[in-house]
This record gives sequence, structure tokens and C-alpha cells, in this order.
Amino acid sequence: MYGNGLLKGLTITMRNLVKPGRMFTVHQYPDRKVGLIGLARAEGVNPAAFLIQHPGRAFKAMLGMVSLTDRMPQHSRFRGEEFSWYEQRCTGCASCAKYCPLGIIRIVTHPSGQQVAEGDKYAIDVFDIDIGRCMFCGLCVEACPYDALHMGSGFEEGKYRRNDLVITKQMLNESPKLPSAWFRPQMEGRDYHPHTHNPIEWQNAGRHEKPTLQEQEERWTKR
Amino acid sequence: MIEGIQAGVIDFRSIYGLFDALLPSWLAYGAACALLAFIVINALVLSTALYTWFERRTIGRFQARLGPNRWGPFGLFQPLADVVKLIVKEDTTPASADRIVFALAPIALFAPTVLTMAVIPFGENTFLGRLNIGVLFLVGVTSLNTVAVLAAGWASRNKYAMLGSMRGVAMLCSYEVPMALSITGVVLIANSLSLYEVVQSQNVPFLLVQPLGFLVFMAAASAEMSRTPFDQIEAESELGAGYHTEYSGMKFAIFQLAEFMAPIVTSIIAVALFFGGTRGFDPIPGQIWFVIKVMLVLFGLLWVRATWPRLRIDQIMAFAWKGLFGLALLNIFIVAIQVMLFQDAEGAISTRGLWTMAAVNWAIAIVAIFVMVRLLGGKNLERPAPRRSPLANMYAEAD
Repeated sequence: MYGNGLLKGLTITMRNLVKPGRMFTVHQYPDRKVGLIGLARAEGVNPAAFLIQHPGRAFKAMLGMVSLTDRMPQHSRFRGEEFSWYEQRCTGCASCAKYCPLGIIRIVTHPSGQQVAEGDKYAIDVFDIDIGRCMFCGLCVEACPYDALHMGSGFEEGKYRRNDLVITKQMLNESPKLPSAWFRPQMEGRDYHPHTHNPIEWQNAGRHEKPTLQEQEERWTKR
Repeated sequence: MIEGIQAGVIDFRSIYGLFDALLPSWLAYGAACALLAFIVINALVLSTALYTWFERRTIGRFQARLGPNRWGPFGLFQPLADVVKLIVKEDTTPASADRIVFALAPIALFAPTVLTMAVIPFGENTFLGRLNIGVLFLVGVTSLNTVAVLAAGWASRNKYAMLGSMRGVAMLCSYEVPMALSITGVVLIANSLSLYEVVQSQNVPFLLVQPLGFLVFMAAASAEMSRTPFDQIEAESELGAGYHTEYSGMKFAIFQLAEFMAPIVTSIIAVALFFGGTRGFDPIPGQIWFVIKVMLVLFGLLWVRATWPRLRIDQIMAFAWKGLFGLALLNIFIVAIQVMLFQDAEGAISTRGLWTMAAVNWAIAIVAIFVMVRLLGGKNLERPAPRRSPLANMYAEAD
């Protein structure tokens, strides 16, 4: 009979209304709505205990008015907008600046003379990257011989002024070290995911595991 | 005119009485009118603002998405943000537009929508005026929006607006007919043109007594307020935006307001005509019953809007003239015979008579709709294949 299709459509939409589980939004970004249980889990408390401790917030959560801010899940090789750079690993060779097709990396160095025993090293005065002109080709990361420079994993880097897009040495040092695993297979091997992982120390960012003190002695001092 | 209006709780006379003690009578008259208009319009506009939020959220959920949820709890302040945005926008007028008509068209669309509130009985004693020809007033006033749509399209001096308004007017005019005819059935049973009398005579809701009339009314009404599946007037994917292509700023806001107010007004009318208006059982007052019923009808309209796709313009016209027109005539015919059979000397119909009518009419309605669907559906709805013009490739064939 004609008209069945109309009724069928009506039942489908009604099913959507009644069952919130059919929502097609896979991940809610930037805020994730949580109920009482979700909020308690995020706080690391038992829901019943949470209800007693914070009745106001628990009530709000039950009304559906509480949302948490999560980091967006992303692939570990995601090439994000900020770079991760480890000053401790960087020798100031300026390979990245030479390989950059746009010439947007600016490095100024002077001989430090302090860590000759650990290999020759330059102290870095200036390390600027003009993100506004960067095309994220990643050639600088590929060129870096000491795994000091990594692609970043963040992406919420909107700025109001062009000047703010220049990342300075200080900003690079202060930003959370969550490098992308792009062109860094050693990261992937460690089951590393930037959006859930803790910041990575400079000793662990390299191609090899951190050498033990004994190995360091063998490698560097008894030369 | 005033004689036809009887006293209610919020009515003209009581407010006029308040002002008459303070002001000269001509000024009191004006002040009472202004206050009444202020109350009604603001109540309606505020409920419309809430309704826009409700509609967007609910349709979002119907269609498995979220809807506005950013500002305020559950996105409740979204209408406020929209209003502020629309006020701040630049109000442009096309250089070659007919400026006076261009400015008047939004008002001409908005005013009739508000005017309908004048005759609606919201409760046993809550109404603006108990007009003795209320139903006639409704039918007349609701058909005024045709003029506004035509004026807006014509004054814009834009061919897309003109196209949109032309087919809108064709549609609105066509659907006037089945709508008026379906209301005629109600008037026949109630034996009165007063909306108050119509409500009082609904011992059985007219939805049950004449389902055919109700279905025709709802279809025609959703076409009148140009909502899916009959939103051909502003088919976003086909025309620019229909008749209000050239409008912006506050004028556009008023168009949108009237458009979102239309479902509320339509469901209020439908409740008064078909759902027994203020009548319910006792502990809950009539006004609350009215609101509950209005919300139910609104929800039904939302459900349909969230689900069904838009019809083509020729399908819409065919549906009005071949389908609804015939069904409405059949409804009048049957109801007239039944009224002749069941009416007593005073023109009233007993509850028993109404239930009998309901039983007969449901059977007839199902058969009639089945027959109508058979006649109109399937291949009859398809567009005829375009015929090749004899002049089309005149020279190509000569080669």
C-alpha cells in the first residue's frame, strides 16, 4: 500500500528521539557531556561518594549540564601545528634551518665549550620557527640528526596576530613535550599516543633507549 | 463590532474599565488597545523564541544529531543570541526595490499571525474577544499571508524571490480551499461560527468525529505555514531562499518570527477546532489542558517536519486539487447528511449521536484515503516525460 514509506520514516525518526544511543556524533569535541557516573569516573571517585561530597555538581551532572574538555583523539603520526623541540638534544647544527624549503627556521648559536666530553655542542641563543608560513612538510624533522626536533601533536593554535605565530625558543621549551610520532618510528614502537600520554623526557625521545650510566661512561668518557 | 465581543477575564472591557477612571475615554480606549496588544504579542513572541529552541533541539535529536547546545543550559539562550545577531546585522534594501512595499511585507506577514489570537478561547473565561463569527475571522485572517508573500517577492526585484513567491502564492491559494472546506465540517456539527461554541459543542473531540476533516486540515495547514513536506516557498536547495532572498537584518528576523510563530498559531487553531480546546477532566484547569494539547499538536508537526522530504511543486498542486479537495468535499457531504440525521430541534447533537458519527466516519475515512492513495499514488505522481519540441533540432536533422 502507498504511504507505508511515510509511516516507516516516522517510526525511524521516533526511534532516534527515544534512543539517545543512536546519536551519530562519534566524539563530542571540544566538550564531552557527562552524566553523574562519567563525572565521578573523571574525578576518580565512586559515584555514590561523589553524590555525597558534591551534591550540587552531581545534580548538575544528572541534568546533563556538565561537560569535560578532552583532547581530541588523533593518530599518533598526526602532524600538528606546534613543534616539539628538545634543547638538551639539539647541537645547534642548523640542519633543520638548511633543509627548510621556506627558510622559516632561524638559529643563532655560539660555541659553548662546556660539554666537550659529551660531543661538541653549540649553545643556542635563538631558535625561531615562523608557523604562519610553515607548510608542515616535515623536512626539518627528517633532517635532524639527533632527534631534537619533532612534529607537534597539537592543533588548537589559532592566534589573533601574525607575530604570535612565530614560535620562539622559550615557547618551545615551555610547551608540553608531546611530539608526534611522524618520522619517529621509535615512538610508535613504544605504544605512544600523544593525546593520552604524559610528556616525554628528552632522554626518551631519541632513536635508542636511554643509555645507562655505565654505557654512557663507556661511550663517552673512556675515549 | 464591540457588541459582538463578550466579557472575559483578560478582555478589552476590563482593561478599558481600569484606564477609564484615569484618562479621558478616547485615550483610555487607545491605551487599553495598546496594553492588550502588548501583552498578547509579547507572550506569543516569547513562546516563539522558546519554540525555536525546542524545535531545533528536538529535530536535531530526531535526526540523530545534537542541535544548538552551546550557550546556556541545553543551549536555552540560543534564541537570544540569534535575535542579537539579527538586530546587529545591516538592514539592506536592493537599489531597484519598491521601498514601501519592501518594508511593509514583513509586517503584513507578521500581523495576521498575531491577529488570530484575538478570537481563540484559551480557557473557560480566558479570551480576548468572543467573536460570534470567530471561525470566519480565522479563515479570513490566515489567508492574508498570501498577500505578504507576493508583496515580498515582487518588491525585492529579484527573479529568484519572484519565482519563490509566485509558486508560494499558487500553493497558498490552492491550500486555502481544502482548509476552509475542512473547517466547514466543524462548523456544521457545532452549528455555530463562534469558536467558543465550537469548543463547547465538542463532547467528543471533532478529531474523532470527523477524522477526514482533521487530516485535510492538518495537511492544508502545514502547507499554509509552508513547512515540510510543503515548504516549496522557501525550498533552500532549489531557490535561493524563496521570497525573502533579499531581506536581511530585522526585516528578515520578522519573517523568521512569523514563520516560527505559524506552527504555534496553527496548533492553537487545531486544538480549538479539533481537540476539544479547553475541555478535559476536572482537577486540571482548562487553560492547562489547552497548553498540553497545543504542545502535543506541536510535537506532531515537529515529528512530520523532521521526517518527510519536500514534494515537487506539481505534486503539491496535484495533492491539493486532486486529493485534499475531493476528500474535504466528501467530508462535508457525509457530515451534512449525518448532521441532518442526528440534530435535534435546537440544532445540538447528543454525545451518543457524535459517537455514532465517529464510528461511521472512521470507516469512511479509511476507505476514502485508501481510494485516494490508489488514484493519486504510484505512477500518477510521476512527472510526465518531457516531449521533444519539433523545433529543437531542426537543423541538426537536415545534415
